[in-house]
Amino acid sequence: MPTLTYRDALNQALREEMQRDPNVFLMGEEVGVYQGAYKVSRGLLEEFGPQRIVDTPIAELGFAGIGVGAAMGGLRPVIEFMTWNFAILALDQIVNSAAKMLYMSGGQIPMPIVFRGPNGAALQLAAQHSQAWESWVSHIPGLKVVAPATPADAKGLLKSAIRDNNPVMVLEGEMLYNLKGEVPDGEHLVPIGRADVKREGKDVTLICHSKTLAVAQKAADQLAEQDISAEVLDLRSLRPLDDEAILASVRKTNRAVVVEEGWPHAGIGAQLVDLIQRDAFDHLDAPVQRVGQADVPMPYNKHLERAAKASPEKVVAAARRVLYLD
Amino acid sequence: MTATARSPKKAAQPDADLHLKMLRQMLLIRRFEEKAAEAYALGKIGGFCHLYIGQEAVGVGALAALRDDDYVICSYREHGQALVKGISANAVMAELFGKATGCSKGKGGSMHLFDAKKGFMGGHGIVGGHIPLGAGLAFASKYLGNEKVCVCFFGEAAVNIGAFHETMNMASVWKLPVIFLCENNRYGMGTAFERVAAVTDIVEHACSYDMAAELVDGMNVLTVYDATRRAVERARKQSQPTLLEVRTYRFMGHSMSDPLHGVYRTKDEVEEQKARDPITNLANKLKEEGVIDQQGLDALDAEIVAEVEQSVKFADESPDPDPDQLYTDVLAD
Repeated sequence: MPTLTYRDALNQALREEMQRDPNVFLMGEEVGVYQGAYKVSRGLLEEFGPQRIVDTPIAELGFAGIGVGAAMGGLRPVIEFMTWNFAILALDQIVNSAAKMLYMSGGQIPMPIVFRGPNGAALQLAAQHSQAWESWVSHIPGLKVVAPATPADAKGLLKSAIRDNNPVMVLEGEMLYNLKGEVPDGEHLVPIGRADVKREGKDVTLICHSKTLAVAQKAADQLAEQDISAEVLDLRSLRPLDDEAILASVRKTNRAVVVEEGWPHAGIGAQLVDLIQRDAFDHLDAPVQRVGQADVPMPYNKHLERAAKASPEKVVAAARRVLYLD
Repeated sequence: MTATARSPKKAAQPDADLHLKMLRQMLLIRRFEEKAAEAYALGKIGGFCHLYIGQEAVGVGALAALRDDDYVICSYREHGQALVKGISANAVMAELFGKATGCSKGKGGSMHLFDAKKGFMGGHGIVGGHIPLGAGLAFASKYLGNEKVCVCFFGEAAVNIGAFHETMNMASVWKLPVIFLCENNRYGMGTAFERVAAVTDIVEHACSYDMAAELVDGMNVLTVYDATRRAVERARKQSQPTLLEVRTYRFMGHSMSDPLHGVYRTKDEVEEQKARDPITNLANKLKEEGVIDQQGLDALDAEIVAEVEQSVKFADESPDPDPDQLYTDVLAD
């Protein structure tokens, strides 16, 4: 199986889906001539031309809405946000137009659109460029939300998102674009709504997604050195959540730590804890612990930034707490 | 035509059919909205309900310039355009009543009327939020090469929204076949436009975006028709957008919950504007031309009143959506 970067896996997904369906087009800032701010769209302008690889002005609200209108008119737009930090300017279109169109039209107008781009903090980009929005978009009925952590999942989930007849938010990671991994050639679809056990274990479940998969895997390595067997469950999809996979893992290990990038208040972890306490209460041997970003705007200073982010050490500490070792 | 076909000199007027059709459509909107107001007062219609009375010439004149398969997208003041685009009075009234037989199955209400098959792409509830959608529909038409144009109706208050400016810019850069039709009825709810806008001639905004534009008298349906025809031709033949500022006046309050006049405009002003009633204007013109006489007009009106009354009966007798409809249409298959 070929080894690709996460960036090239996304590029392959876009290219294959655009070859497959002439109504798929990509629109966003710098996606064409500049080849993408993060080079995800490299080579696509040359292959598909400016009608299908559309450079926009810096006007997130406007081009997100034009994408929604284009979907109403029968196309399958892929709207790239340079980062999800800028997508909040377009939230009116995502929430009020895309998410509600099918419902408020009484089922007449489906909304096959993808909004994608990097989400969450990179390195020292400070408060306005270091935000993880998954709990915001996951809150909205009518949207689907995926957050791939590996190159294979990035390709498979983006392809599924483009073929889906609903608005799908694809949360990528700036720090993941260079990540390498094996990626199946051609028709590789990862179903939306299916979590993946990335590492089997029996003592505690580490529930993660996107960039926190790497954090959880490092934590699992460190826990293994302490003879603690951690299961790593990658959610991959945040709406819908794979309730069965989450509950199955917790019923097996009886303990869970949620690792996420976002802020703790009303975060994804809160939703997971709600699910676990409701449907796996009798299997729990300890309260679920959460590790996420400190409840502060992201600081610029690298030491402060490191202190604000989820880390393997914090996850190990949380795992030891749910095991009553500390 | 129906009752009006009795008019003796109709054949002498080449445009008579079209003008009578416009008169009928404007009267239908007027009588429909009057009934909607009644039904609202009786509690049969809930939520917000924004009436089109006074502005009929805008929707009717503009839509007369379109092909049946062209797109129309509107704000929440869209009952009139929905009726003219071919959604039946029954289906619109039933939607206002929240019934399963409504054009949005009772899930949209007054502000979210839809009929995708007829190219009526909705009523949208956030001021200016649907302006990019209109450009997006035009983007799709151009991409697919189907020569459909899109008319996007919005009020003057939407011109202060960022989405308007972002969309005007992209529509011009990308040469989209869209007509931005601004219905300037002077007041955003209770705020006079000149109190909140630095540039009060909205048509001038087109200069910023290198776009064709026209200032149009919205109380004259034929003027609106002519201007929209020019814009439609520009869109269809040259794939170029147009901004139309159509000056009109709403005879009612902003919504059914709002006063007709008071702190923000005087009763005298409203009365003065009512003297410019677009329906009376066209009816008088057609009478002068001998296209219709008073008897024909009365017959037409009676026929429309009956149609609207039937729509109320239909809506009243229609079932509510099944409870299981709550969870359908959230996601497509």
